[in-house]
Amino acid sequence: MTEFKFTLIAALAAASTALAAPTKFDFKDPKGVNNVVFKTDAPLESINGTAGGISGAVLYDPANPGATTGKIVVAANSLHVGNPTMKEHLHGEMWMNVAKYPEITFELGTLKNAKTTGDVTTADAAGKLTIKDVTKDITVPVKLTYLKDKLKARTGKEGDLLVVRANFVVKRSDYGINASKGEDKVSDEIDLSLSVAGTAPKQN
Amino acid sequence: MRRKLRVAAALLAILCVAGWLTLGANRGWTKTSRTRMEKDPVTDIDFPTVEKHFSPGVDGLCIGLLLAAGLAGISFAFKPNPNHSS
Repeated sequence: MTEFKFTLIAALAAASTALAAPTKFDFKDPKGVNNVVFKTDAPLESINGTAGGISGAVLYDPANPGATTGKIVVAANSLHVGNPTMKEHLHGEMWMNVAKYPEITFELGTLKNAKTTGDVTTADAAGKLTIKDVTKDITVPVKLTYLKDKLKARTGKEGDLLVVRANFVVKRSDYGINASKGEDKVSDEIDLSLSVAGTAPKQN
Repeated sequence: MRRKLRVAAALLAILCVAGWLTLGANRGWTKTSRTRMEKDPVTDIDFPTVEKHFSPGVDGLCIGLLLAAGLAGISFAFKPNPNHSS
């Protein structure tokens, strides 16, 4: 009887550990929806652009959203503006130098001040943003929306979705992006708006 | 010749302004693509779709108007035709 109790407790402990394990959400979206919008507003010019080459993974536990960790990667060569000459300059050595620095990454350290209402969690994501090999600690307000069993509506596979939204500002001078030059046309402060969805297919 | 150049200059200027207005009156630089935002129905994410679209900016308009002004200017190098009043 004692042996049975021990086995039962062990099985329950194992099950609870398995249930509490965070789920890995992959942010390489086959639908091509994930994006970053960037805006600069300088005295002479206002420029809007987008980037769609998102990848990375986030470990998210709906029972404990505050423990979320992960990394989001943006392919630098996916940065796009409507004017072809401007895009060439943006990708070039003076600005983003995408040939030498192909990735922009945000590595999430901790989620502070996490507040969850239903499936929505708002928090301050503290982590390391790396642009052109310059890494800075930043804290970004984020909104996580957990969409349980909604993957089927997108891809036909059983699973969950995690939508991450964040709006924040970075200074290009902090990351050596043609620092202190051309600020009449490209402002030092760049507004960034991240909207990404991660997928977690159910394991059978 | 003087008259022909001036007519060509006027037509070029009108075409430039009309083309610029018709293709969106873009007050920025010339663009070869445009971005439209769409909404993903499942995630509610607004995402950009980029499509090819030529939209001349003020740079294109200025080049066209400068060419027209150049043609008009060149016309002064020709002597007036005595058969015409202008």
